[in-house]
Amino acid sequence: MDIGLIAQQTVNGLMLGLIYSLVAVGFTLFFGVLDVIKFSHGDMLTWGVFTAFSVYLGLTLIGLAAPVLILVIVALVAMAAIGFLGAAIAKVLIIPLKGAPPLNTLLITLMLGTVLRESIRLFYPDGANPKHFPALLPDWSHSWGHFTLRFDNALMLLTGLLMIVLVQLVIKRTKLGMAIRAVSQDEETARVMGINFNLVVYVTFAIGSALAAFAGVIYVLYYNELSFNMGLLLGAIGFSAAAVGGFGNIYGAIVGGFLFAMLQSIGAAALPFASAYKDVFAFGVVIVLIAVKPTGILGEKETERV
Amino acid sequence: MKLNKRIGLTLGLLLIILAGPAWAKEKVQVAFIGPLTGGVSAIGVGGRNSADLAVRLRNADPKAKYEYELVVLDDECKPNTGVQVATKAAADKKIIAAAAHYCSVVALAGVDVYHKFGLPIVVWGAVHPDITYGNDYKEIHRVNGTMINQNEVAAKFVKELGYKTWVNLYDTTDYGKGMNEYFSKYLTANGGKILGSFGVTADQQDFTAELTQAKKLDPDVIWFGGLTPLGVRIRLQMEKLGLTSQFQSCSGIISDAYVTGTGELAEGTIAFREGEPVEHLPGGKWFMEEYNKAGYSEAPDAFGPFAFVAMNLILDTIEEVGPKRKAVVKRMENIKDYKSIVGAVTFDEHGQNISPAITKYVVQDGQWVPWQDSEYAAGKRQLKRR
Repeated sequence: MDIGLIAQQTVNGLMLGLIYSLVAVGFTLFFGVLDVIKFSHGDMLTWGVFTAFSVYLGLTLIGLAAPVLILVIVALVAMAAIGFLGAAIAKVLIIPLKGAPPLNTLLITLMLGTVLRESIRLFYPDGANPKHFPALLPDWSHSWGHFTLRFDNALMLLTGLLMIVLVQLVIKRTKLGMAIRAVSQDEETARVMGINFNLVVYVTFAIGSALAAFAGVIYVLYYNELSFNMGLLLGAIGFSAAAVGGFGNIYGAIVGGFLFAMLQSIGAAALPFASAYKDVFAFGVVIVLIAVKPTGILGEKETERV
Repeated sequence: MKLNKRIGLTLGLLLIILAGPAWAKEKVQVAFIGPLTGGVSAIGVGGRNSADLAVRLRNADPKAKYEYELVVLDDECKPNTGVQVATKAAADKKIIAAAAHYCSVVALAGVDVYHKFGLPIVVWGAVHPDITYGNDYKEIHRVNGTMINQNEVAAKFVKELGYKTWVNLYDTTDYGKGMNEYFSKYLTANGGKILGSFGVTADQQDFTAELTQAKKLDPDVIWFGGLTPLGVRIRLQMEKLGLTSQFQSCSGIISDAYVTGTGELAEGTIAFREGEPVEHLPGGKWFMEEYNKAGYSEAPDAFGPFAFVAMNLILDTIEEVGPKRKAVVKRMENIKDYKSIVGAVTFDEHGQNISPAITKYVVQDGQWVPWQDSEYAAGKRQLKRR
């Protein structure tokens, strides 16, 4: 296989992996603090994208023309809005169910996801149809043989990786992060130490949801297209990535996300059968991996989470 | 005075008797089924408006024997929803006939239902051959052509343009697979070379892996067999990977949504469709006038004229044989040289219209333009790699 081709497939895979990882990190954060699986996470991403799209339309309506400025505002508003929505969901739906069997939370968020998704389809203007998201970054590119590197892709990759590092720093280096880690290790002790448990949960859900919105913005910049059901498969993939990487472990989620993207690329490019089976192949390998190592590749240690 | 009163009364009674049949017209229900939501809804809505126009014009006609009521159902271009609405329409005995389906996968899933319940339908957009040729159901008819004719013309045309090599992408539904099968067959028969072919799922988002492989194979043409949403994504992602091949597709992407979805990148895309453009049709001008007069807010889109003809054929048949399903089915066995705005319609023994012309299209300045009218044919613009 020639080197340009491998480079191209690698960049394709990295872009996909970045989006998956950002979604998976959300899953893993929620699991870390509350031991819950929030199945509406993919649809939060969709809401983030539609918020971004609405803000974009609003900004062009009032005559703002600088694409980069628009992009920054769009991304920040989407992240803030979805972060707030995530915290609200935690307050109204997740925390009240803390004492109930985990299955209840799982079912409730599954249903919530359907509500979120369908409400876009039904209530957003022309919501059932896919929409075109404009390219807000310059389309500079350079080719080396079969390999074309686009400036916007490189920038998105870089920003995405910075975002992951930032989240990691917040969790490892700040007081807030310490509180999150304390809560995920032992809720009772954390409370005794004077940590506001509910507040920590809200903040964690806000961070995770804002990350989903961020992933959504990267996604539409990459594909230039959005639709009401785009979060469904992304949610499933993000969840699998978090599971295969090891729930509760941020590095695990990142590894899982990139691993899944790599499997899809291999399924499409290197295997002899039709590329239509690439998802089957990727999910199949994930099943095998989980069967072999149920705690995930970087399975959580007993003593530390997040 | 007395006399006047009497005359008045008599005249009044006479008027009531004369006018009686006009407002006592029997109500008859007919259905339109198509994708009103989802990626190809622009075509579905255009089809619905056109069918609605046929019903409106008929109801405005004082000579019509019945008053028609249009029942509109959304198949979402999904087979499972399609079977549900097909069953709903077919099980409702008040509905006499239906103009149904743009999406082949939905039509294929629905034909058994229509046959079981004996509901006559006229397909107005779906192109898979098996919808009419894959069964012996007397209830199924189609006014538009099939993908066989379309791909035969397409393969010959692109070969004549001088292209030599292709990479095929197709969605793995019956529609995409059928397109791929017939296009590949006629292309190789004409001496074209297919360097690679990739099946993709119908809701796939990311095509970078397939397109990167295609880029290595460096074909003259990237061909896609499928519908608008995927067509848009593939065209956009070709650009992102720096693919410079010509983009060719099929009737599935001929829609206004393809052009708005891809923006400037739509320029020079070629595709093929049964029938002729509205303005070239025998009754196209009249149709567009009436359509605009009715004041629909959406365009009839690509298959509107076919939906209009399908519904008009249904209405004419009901006028002739009465609002009974069996009678309608029986009459439709012998439709010959039926005059319509898309030209004469003649059904063969499978209910398939045998006289469909194929038109070649190219996108020029954001419009699907018939090849012969385009600046590409005149040599003022060039397709890629020629």
